[in-house]
Amino acid sequence: MPTIIFNRPDNRSERIDASVGASVMQVATTHGVDEIVAECGGNAMCATCHVYVDEGWIARLAPMSEEEDELLHGVAAERLPNSRLSCQIKITPELDGLIVRLPDRQI
Amino acid sequence: MSTSGFTPSAGVPHMDIDPFSIEFFEDPHPAHEVLREAGPVVWFDKWNVYGVARHAEVHAVLNDPLTFCSSRGVGLSDFAKEKAWRPQSIILEADPPEHARTRAVLSRVLSPTVMKQLRGSFVAAAESRVEALLAKGSFDAIADLAEAYPLSVFPDALGLKPEGRENLLPYASLVFNSFGPPNKLRQDAIERSAPHQAYVADQCQRENLAPGGFGACIHARADAGDITAAEAPLLVRSLLSAGLDTTVNGIGAAVYCLARFPDQWARLRSDPTLARNAFEEAVRFESPVQTFFRTTTRDVEISGSRIGEGEKILMFLAAANRDPRRWDRPDEYDVTRKTSGHVGYGSGIHMCVGQLVARLEGEAVLSALAKRVSAIEITGPATRRFNNTLRGLESLPVSIKAA
Repeated sequence: MPTIIFNRPDNRSERIDASVGASVMQVATTHGVDEIVAECGGNAMCATCHVYVDEGWIARLAPMSEEEDELLHGVAAERLPNSRLSCQIKITPELDGLIVRLPDRQI
Repeated sequence: MSTSGFTPSAGVPHMDIDPFSIEFFEDPHPAHEVLREAGPVVWFDKWNVYGVARHAEVHAVLNDPLTFCSSRGVGLSDFAKEKAWRPQSIILEADPPEHARTRAVLSRVLSPTVMKQLRGSFVAAAESRVEALLAKGSFDAIADLAEAYPLSVFPDALGLKPEGRENLLPYASLVFNSFGPPNKLRQDAIERSAPHQAYVADQCQRENLAPGGFGACIHARADAGDITAAEAPLLVRSLLSAGLDTTVNGIGAAVYCLARFPDQWARLRSDPTLARNAFEEAVRFESPVQTFFRTTTRDVEISGSRIGEGEKILMFLAAANRDPRRWDRPDEYDVTRKTSGHVGYGSGIHMCVGQLVARLEGEAVLSALAKRVSAIEITGPATRRFNNTLRGLESLPVSIKAA
């Protein structure tokens, strides 16, 4: 099982074993990572599952769609070059050790 | 109607419940439980359709739009067999790949970025509405709040003319009644529909939409070549159909919950930042949009039940939202619940495109109430409004006190 590392705004860190095929958003919401809201449930419509992907990992993710790029303009916290919507990041074995930082707000 | 000679495939339990009867609408929850527990797929003898009421099956049907299509209508009427009562929607009643193009236009017009721009005025309108209601003390939480607030912000955001807005709620009620079977609710609504349809057709035209509003933004997409000039009014019509009555019933549901469950009201008052989740939980708990249909495009199996091509399937969003297989304490309203995954707005490619507007309105109203009101008391009988698809109240007499 790939491990995903969530770094919280208060610098606490959480390592969670994730199922291949799930999204990073699903991993977070099913393991009590409250910083991920995911109002739309993973349908790429609400921009409330925003994460900052660790610089070393960003290039290793599948590129974002045009829809995700547009939604990221509307995120509540500052959009940075490494911003992604976690519902659009699907877990693969290659993502073992993925590090994401959580923003301080989603709404 | 069924193409299989009005009988379901073997093993599918027969239900003699009419899910579109007044008796059902009065208290749907016990019947929803019967449907959920009867099996993953059920058959309604009254209307010759399949039904799914568990969360897993409702979610699965919603997320397979090629097998469970919308282009044959999302009501009981099968557009492959009978003419639609109005020109077919090019987004609600469309399938991939055509759907993606029109959906992208409305997604952009109602995006998170646009909501950021609207937030200030929506919040201010909610606060002044609550101040006015505090001055009154006693009022009808449906007419004076659940209807009055959306009517004070949404038509302006769309850019509608001031004249004729009294047609908006009757038109929306008509649209949602039309998804039901040919019962009295549907027939009465369609018989009385001519003036409302005329208003809507006129209001969707470009010259009748104020610059800067959602409607004008949709027409601007036609200039950009994303849609044709003929398609733009039909997309404006979608907002007129689904953008108002839904939030009226959502806000009504939330106020009704908070008035009935004082511990949850106290929890919200102690932390008004819960307002948005309190609204979302009300959408799960009451499910203002109760049902939608899909039509099978091929022979398919759902959780062991074989269903032929061309069959209507009724999805019980409300029952899925209280399925104990998916939710802890499903029949409790809990403002701190993790609501992500409820299907009150649907799921998949047709999930409510206006969900961000709904949440903004709901959050604005509940936040204003939580900050300014100490107590909400129900002072008279809550009466129900009946519709084939929508669940909500006709009247909710309340009194409130300032904090």
